[in-house]
Amino acid sequence: MKTSSKEYKVYLDHNATTPIHPEVKKTLITAMDVFGNPSSLHQFGRDARKLVEDSREKTASFINASPEEIIFVGSGSEANNTVINLFACCGSRSCDVLSPGSDRPKIITTRIEHPCVLESSACLTEKGSKVKYVGVDRYGKVDLDELRESVSGHTGLVSVMTANNEIGTIQDIKKICALVHEKGAFFHTDAVQAVGKIPVDVKDLGVDYLSFSAHKIYGPKGIGALYVRKGAPFCPFIHGGHQERGRRAGTENTLGIIGLGRAIELRGKEMSSESKRLSLLKKRLRYGIEKNIPDIYFNGHPSDSLPGTLNVSFMGAEGEAVLLYLDMEGIAVSTGSACASGSLDPSHVLMATGISQEQAHGSIRMSMGRDTSEKDVDYVIEKLSFVIKRVREISTVSSGGKRG
Amino acid sequence: MDKPSDWLYTEKVKEHFMHPRNILMDESGFSADGKGVIGNIKCGDEMALWIKVDKQKGVITDCKWKTYGCASAIASTSVLSELAIGKTLEAAYKLSSQDIAKALGGLPEHKIHCSVLGDKALRAAIDDYYTRNGMLEKVKAEKEHIICQCLGITDTEIENAVLEGARNYYQLQERTKIGTVCGKCKEKSIDLLEKYKTKYFNRV
Repeated sequence: MKTSSKEYKVYLDHNATTPIHPEVKKTLITAMDVFGNPSSLHQFGRDARKLVEDSREKTASFINASPEEIIFVGSGSEANNTVINLFACCGSRSCDVLSPGSDRPKIITTRIEHPCVLESSACLTEKGSKVKYVGVDRYGKVDLDELRESVSGHTGLVSVMTANNEIGTIQDIKKICALVHEKGAFFHTDAVQAVGKIPVDVKDLGVDYLSFSAHKIYGPKGIGALYVRKGAPFCPFIHGGHQERGRRAGTENTLGIIGLGRAIELRGKEMSSESKRLSLLKKRLRYGIEKNIPDIYFNGHPSDSLPGTLNVSFMGAEGEAVLLYLDMEGIAVSTGSACASGSLDPSHVLMATGISQEQAHGSIRMSMGRDTSEKDVDYVIEKLSFVIKRVREISTVSSGGKRG
Repeated sequence: MDKPSDWLYTEKVKEHFMHPRNILMDESGFSADGKGVIGNIKCGDEMALWIKVDKQKGVITDCKWKTYGCASAIASTSVLSELAIGKTLEAAYKLSSQDIAKALGGLPEHKIHCSVLGDKALRAAIDDYYTRNGMLEKVKAEKEHIICQCLGITDTEIENAVLEGARNYYQLQERTKIGTVCGKCKEKSIDLLEKYKTKYFNRV
């Protein structure tokens, strides 16, 4: 292993977060001087209000929504919490459909959701809601038969993510949403990994709620948005202010909102060409790994997958060790190993796809973005081959380790 | 802990992670006097340790290892091999996970319980040496009872975890990693947890 960190850096963790787009940065620097409170009636306030509303229009139009259907929130997690917590609502604000006391006390979600959906759902069971977690197949696709059987007249809300952060698998949201609406339940999708990476049209999908975030698409952190279809029940998660039409209290994060709007606008220009480029890079990366490293498994769906996301398991090589050796080589990735998460179990997403614990412990996620080049991919293939060989050499697996 | 670096763990851990000492690269070319294996790939950590012993003096003259595991697992086995060499069998037997963590300049608490298994592998190797040499009276492994077969966790460790503050099964798992592979020992370990809670704290 090299002793010093190298100059050449390759960032392959775009699903965790992305660098700010240079154009977004420029916009933000200019916007920093607009300090007025958008709620103020004077000129300072009106200047800020205008930028916020411009941003709302850009954001709405990108997903084919109306501006008043967009609520700016603090993060994708807040957007998801807001929707799930409609169930805990007091019922005073038109959400009698979605409350533990209604005749539709059931939430249905999947085993591969982000923890902010899983944990806020689990939390509601203590308040009388019932939660059902639907499984996925080996590629991470939601089991539609199980979902169909689960949704009934007692289901209030179904929440299924559009694209998975760890394995990149994309769900058939339009189909799932139709199935849910047939039973009279509402449908939410966590589209944090999808908006800005693949086309998302809320009207076409038919969803009632959709969450997304700016920092996954070259915007700033601390800003997300929630789409709420006109007419869908709603209750604020943060009470006590008239902001966002009384739907999210707290002085607007003006700078964040402007950054989100600009990032979204740029996605409109770059997404389609970048998506094609990333698909080719992913093929190159996948082929390079297959050719150079034995005893591997790819996780996630072979075709219905985010263009820049590749998740691979290296047998006999523990993920955190691989991640940190790659880090020494200037390469940033992530892993589904338990060691890295600080918990006892490896990734719940990978385990839900039915792979072995060894595969999950040895999983590495590489997520590419607009700054990833062919040269980066070739560098990663070279270093990865070296690191995996090294980790396997010192591993007990090379002397017949116990696997069960 | 040592002064935190911009790395995940201490500089000492980084040093051992990047330049692990005493790895056994050629198993067939190394005639060991004792071998111990602990852990399980399924749970994310497995260690194998080989020792050579000066039979006259009862001193460990060489210690080699292999590890499947995270950075602190690799570093802790590496530093343990250095600690073991030159020690008498008795002294080496007493090396604890805390001694290893100390030699590394400190490790986060949850890492000590989940990734530092080397001391157990060393005791297993020493017991193996005693067994091979007909010194069965010295084998200590049987004084404790292994509860979790997958990870080799004993009743003594459950007792220690309770003394350190574990009050429910989840906290016990956080401290020992018990039952995180096949889970068959859950009932037994909860019984023991309750037993030790009552014994030391008189609460059920």
